[in-house]
Amino acid sequence: MKAKYMSPLTFSTILPDEGLKKAVSIKRSEILAEISASKIKGRGGAGFPTGTKWNLAAAAKDTTKFIVCNADEGEPGTFKDRIILMDHADLVFEGMTIAARAVGSKEGILYLRGEYTYLLSHLETILQKRRDNKLLGDAILGVEGFQFDIRIHMGSGAYICGEETALIESIEGNRGEPRNRPPYPVDTGLKRHPTVVNNVETFAWCACIIGNGAEWFLKHGTAVSTGLKLFSISGDVERPGVYEFPWGITVSEVLEKCGGRNAKAVQIGGASGYCIPRSQFDRKIAYEDISTGGSIIVFGPDRDMLKVAKNFLEFFVEESCGQCTPCRDGNPVILDGIERLEKGTCSITYLNELRALSETMQVASKCGLGQTSTNAFLSILEHFKDECMGRGRE
Amino acid sequence: MLVSENETLKNNIIKWAEELGKDRTILLPLLQRVQKKYSSISPYAMQIIADLLDIHPVEVYSVVSFYSFLNDEPKGRFVIRLCRTISCEMSGRDRIARQLQNELGIAFGETTPDSRFTLEWTNCMGMCDLGPAMMVNDVVFTEMTPEKAHEIVERCRQTFSAFALQNKQEG
Repeated sequence: MKAKYMSPLTFSTILPDEGLKKAVSIKRSEILAEISASKIKGRGGAGFPTGTKWNLAAAAKDTTKFIVCNADEGEPGTFKDRIILMDHADLVFEGMTIAARAVGSKEGILYLRGEYTYLLSHLETILQKRRDNKLLGDAILGVEGFQFDIRIHMGSGAYICGEETALIESIEGNRGEPRNRPPYPVDTGLKRHPTVVNNVETFAWCACIIGNGAEWFLKHGTAVSTGLKLFSISGDVERPGVYEFPWGITVSEVLEKCGGRNAKAVQIGGASGYCIPRSQFDRKIAYEDISTGGSIIVFGPDRDMLKVAKNFLEFFVEESCGQCTPCRDGNPVILDGIERLEKGTCSITYLNELRALSETMQVASKCGLGQTSTNAFLSILEHFKDECMGRGRE
Repeated sequence: MLVSENETLKNNIIKWAEELGKDRTILLPLLQRVQKKYSSISPYAMQIIADLLDIHPVEVYSVVSFYSFLNDEPKGRFVIRLCRTISCEMSGRDRIARQLQNELGIAFGETTPDSRFTLEWTNCMGMCDLGPAMMVNDVVFTEMTPEKAHEIVERCRQTFSAFALQNKQEG
């Protein structure tokens, strides 16, 4: 499914398998050094430095290691991976192969969300082509001992499986319940072996970095957030779609480009992200200011922000895996609170209790879902309190 | 010799398990195949799978109950899932929901008495730029309008599988 609107992507200008060819001509340590030098951080949202992750996996003493590509793109408002997998899947597989070379892995898995089943045959065709062209399989590019293959594992409709340890549990044939971290997957991952889990976009950029060099990548973005990033923009804008921007772009610049100038608020980072009001549109989108996996949802002047908060909480109530109490039992209580606000039956005292509960959930939940599920509610309450309070009973 | 339905189910599961390799990690792909072919995973199927993988049937059930695209209760031949998440809500989800309910005569979470259609909500499908979006089995439909909802339901009524749907959509 093509994006409604798409800005020109750097991925289209990259020569096929340039990165992989270079990767086999240099030492493993040089690949790792290049990725570290580029200072690229995970594009899925958490923003962990990819170089550190690969280095840890490379240093792990185990003969079996796995490369896992997280294509369980489930964050509300995110769809850039869908476009990457459709138009630039080769680049993603190339990135995975380079990662395999760097850390010494023979087996790669792409975890594709069930909703993207229609992409499966397209991806299988590309994988087969790569095998035929000696870009996967035994002796890749004629290099003795460089053996790596990728298979696709389908998800079955669970948002939580985008969390890396839940994703691993799911591949192992279990409920997608996150594990305690540490140990991290780079140490104890799939089948207890060291595992690199990266987002679709991260692998694609890594292929570009090896091909064009870290210097090229460092030309874009800010000192802390290097490079370019793909954004999924939806909501009340003239041109929803996928856009490529350098990190450090301001919210108002983004709105300018996609035709959302009169927006009253923007949700950045999906349902687990923050709601940014008009007064803060000069803030930067970057790991050091407003961090995001790429989801930007724009709200026009007439949107009811309490309804927005309600939609997000309904999402989390549904998608909580139920494993830990703060998240499983906390989210329904917050949702109930929003419904009270809607009806105009919520006292300020009770609202303060909900705030305290939200903070408890943020510190006491086991994984990112429960730790971030109340971000949207809290930020909407902070910036649009007047709109949320004093609703009448009709 | 008359082969019972349960026996073909069992033979299929054994065949698939051999194809996939008898390991606990095949559980999800195996369940997905059963789900696709039989539109639900019966307690009997779970027992067979548990025996094959040498795990307790409750473990199989716990996995089936966890994932929203797996189910132990039979559903309609066409499972219509409408995205309810924010961008689709803002682009007119409720109109589509009402139209689908009117066309099918059932509410969300229900199956038509002739077992043809099941209507469900689903969470973000990654089609936020093309909302409102919905899925019929594996096939995705975007930029839905009430008229389009009617057309798709009619097309389903006239065909036997979602495959025919897909071909028509592409052709």
